[in-house]
Amino acid sequence: MSEAIVTEAGEPARGDHDHGDHGTLTGISNNKLLMWVFLGSECLLFGGLISAYLINRSRFHTGPAPGDIFDIPFTSVSSFVLLMSSLTMVLALSALQRGDIRNNRIWLLTTALLGSLFIGGQVYEFTSFLREGLGYTTSPFSSAFFTLTGFHGIHVSVGIVMLMSLAISSYRGTLTQKNSETVEIVGLYWHFVDVVWIFIFTVIYLVPSPTS
Amino acid sequence: MSEPVAELTSGGGAALPLGVYSRPKGGGGWRDWVTTVDHKKIGILYGGAALFFFGIGGFEALLIRLQLATPNGTVVGADLYNQLYTMHGVTMVFLVIMPLAAAFANYLLPLQIGARDVAFPRLNAMSFWLFLAGGLFLNFSWLVGDAPDGGWFAYAPNTGVTFSPGHGMDFYAIGLQIAGIASLVSAMNLIVTVLNMRAPGMTLFKMPVFTWMILVVQFLLLFAIPVITVALFLLLFDRNFGANFFNPEMGADPLLWQHLFWIFGHPEVYVLILPSFGIVSEVIPTFSRKPLFGYEFMVFSGIAIGFMGWGVWAHHMFVSGIGPISIGAFTLSTMFIAVPTGVKILNWLATMWGGKIRLTASMLFATGVVSMFTIGGLSGVTHAVSPADTQQTDTYYIVAHFHYVIFGGALLGFFSGFYFWWPKVFGHRLGETLGKWNFWLMIVGFNMTFGPMHILGLNGMSRRIDTYSPGFGFEFWNLFATVGAFVIAFGVLCFAMNVILSARRARGLPPEPPDPWDARSLEWFTPNPTPVHNFDEIVEVSSLDEFWHRKWTTDENGRVVRRATAAEVCQTGDADDVHLPSPSYWPVVVAAGLPLVGFGLLYNLWICVPGTILVLIGVYAWVFEPPDDPDGPFGGGHGDEGHGDEGHGETEESASDESAPQEEAASVE
Ligand code: HEM
Ligand SMILES: [Cu+2]
Repeated sequence: MSEAIVTEAGEPARGDHDHGDHGTLTGISNNKLLMWVFLGSECLLFGGLISAYLINRSRFHTGPAPGDIFDIPFTSVSSFVLLMSSLTMVLALSALQRGDIRNNRIWLLTTALLGSLFIGGQVYEFTSFLREGLGYTTSPFSSAFFTLTGFHGIHVSVGIVMLMSLAISSYRGTLTQKNSETVEIVGLYWHFVDVVWIFIFTVIYLVPSPTS
Repeated sequence: MSEPVAELTSGGGAALPLGVYSRPKGGGGWRDWVTTVDHKKIGILYGGAALFFFGIGGFEALLIRLQLATPNGTVVGADLYNQLYTMHGVTMVFLVIMPLAAAFANYLLPLQIGARDVAFPRLNAMSFWLFLAGGLFLNFSWLVGDAPDGGWFAYAPNTGVTFSPGHGMDFYAIGLQIAGIASLVSAMNLIVTVLNMRAPGMTLFKMPVFTWMILVVQFLLLFAIPVITVALFLLLFDRNFGANFFNPEMGADPLLWQHLFWIFGHPEVYVLILPSFGIVSEVIPTFSRKPLFGYEFMVFSGIAIGFMGWGVWAHHMFVSGIGPISIGAFTLSTMFIAVPTGVKILNWLATMWGGKIRLTASMLFATGVVSMFTIGGLSGVTHAVSPADTQQTDTYYIVAHFHYVIFGGALLGFFSGFYFWWPKVFGHRLGETLGKWNFWLMIVGFNMTFGPMHILGLNGMSRRIDTYSPGFGFEFWNLFATVGAFVIAFGVLCFAMNVILSARRARGLPPEPPDPWDARSLEWFTPNPTPVHNFDEIVEVSSLDEFWHRKWTTDENGRVVRRATAAEVCQTGDADDVHLPSPSYWPVVVAAGLPLVGFGLLYNLWICVPGTILVLIGVYAWVFEPPDDPDGPFGGGHGDEGHGDEGHGETEESASDESAPQEEAASVE
């Protein structure tokens, strides 16, 4: 799936069109509506994965139980980092809408950096779980945990690629005020991924987990 | 794909980044088809590919029926039988009915809303190539002798490596995943198209019912595909990476699969049937010479089905131990959903009532849909009653039900559509005589094959068994059903002959004059076959059935009188200043990469590398490809988008309203 998204969203790099939301029947441009519709579909993707986690969270077989292994303070910090990246995304967009290319670039890169920090935290978390004996095949719980958080991590990574493409096209001078809608569309995706993480974080870490 | 290389130097120019090629020029022949982004050509490709898979699926069906014709059949072994019935179901559902719907949707939907293409023509092309890639990937499993064998519903844990050690179920999971991306992308595309690109004046409630039903289907797909995507991923991870989602030994609950599958699966059955409902809702009013009875009811019942379809999935799981409360709730919801379905049937009957009915082949098929779907709907209601279903489930009674709805409801509807829109697409009609043979052989054969399955099922014959012993009273009806299956095959043969003979007959003759059936909706404003730019000028819509109302009016006595001939109303199709999106190489390149990734997962991860590279190259070039090719056949002519001035009331306003989405299609996509 991600390919199609990169394609549509990465397109600002081409920088040869300046469509706002004029002219369509809904008043929302085709590109933006496409993103909205896609995000609607993504809700069900994560809905399915979250359900698969919920029914398996107490099935840890002989492996570590979720309550034993989660490091909630650590994950809270990385969640906070991800949430902050939504703020910087908003700043990136508003900068470009004002025509402030420099700040737009700075905030785009900051957003990508915060996203990467989050991914780094996830990699660290995964490896430490692995060391503590929670592998992908250990139990239904572990499979469901890694699958759900892994899918989310891939979504964040795709978002980082999109942000970097925007930044690159900004350096090439093709990302300007008139195609700020592209940044807005990538922003929609980015905020969505953040919101999904709030759900995942709540379901996995905040709801009291079974212990062994 | 050697073309892109050849184009490398001719394109771009120094200012463009590496790998930016000019867009293909078409050039005639197969290249036109491979690089096309025209919704009409893509529709034809979908139709052709679906009919090709229909041949394969039909062949599998005949083998199944030969095996079951007599007790202790020896035509195929149990193992091959499992592969046959699995691939038959998967093929017919995902590679025949769904793409046939996509064929009609792609071709007709932009025309019916008065647009020049879909919102994202290149994505549209990619959807087709992905579907084809997924279908070929699935069927490739036959060549390695390892086809999926766990049924189209693929119940866990039967599909795990323990019970299904070959690669079959991996082919299933990956092939459907690829086809699923195709459906999802095309759903997003069509939703945006309908919401954003309707002709001026066409409010949602002036859209033809076919367009409405397709819209509902796209929303169903939008939300149902991700659910089966999840299910297929979990299956794939279980089988290939040792995950434990469906592994009871580790304490997992395999019922998770059934829930995910049927949460997708029940909306999916409406994905299969609603397009055909849409077609029938166009055909019956035309050949009854009456407007559709209760248009709003028709639309709302379609929407209601779209919503309620989400709340009935567990009726497929009545005997899986989901508990009495769930069973009660799902019994009720399933009975309720039959209500909007029944509304549609009554509306079609009321449309025909007192109409001037012309029994063309198309109309015959449409009445076939109404009658056969009624039988299938009624047997559906009998299994909504959970105590009764406990006896029926997993028997041939269920097989009878879903063939009455899918074959009798969906497939016959598509045949009705073939006969109806053939002149629009190919410029000549299909022959009526062979068409009637086609219809009668199919409907008789169909009832011979699937009617007796009700009896067999109630007498206790199980589904999915590869053979049965003599002495249970199954012999006669099984033989009868097998004979019926061959009658159907002759019906299909008539269709194939009809296609060939009518094309041959039409050779050298001028195309069919406009409006062969005295039809009602916008697509008939264009000449036959539809010109590449669709409309010379975008039609302004002021009523439902706009086309019909431009031809007919009522006099003071309420009688219908002609106000204009079709020839006067129709456009000539000779506008040459319409700016259209250029073809592109990249959709097919991206689509070709994914099956390679799939093979890599099955055999050797190294094969993933070229696959991924193809996808990345395709995406990169797609993004940087120039929006269109000024020297290409459809290039130039920016600015006024072929909006003639004559006949346009508020030219200024509507032209800017209308051309923007078209530009969007041309350059943004
Ligand atoms: C009046 C509307 C309908 C009702 C009340 C209904 C009800 C049901 C029920 C209760 C079952 C489960 C039976 C069992 O496995 O024990 C079933 C199976 C099935 N129905 Fe329907 N149905 C309706 C319409 C449709 C339509 C429109 C389609 C497809 C176009 C469809 C396709 C199927 C299929 C494919 C199965 C079998 C799935 C399998 O087990 O492989 N049904 N139906
Ligand atoms: Cu169902």
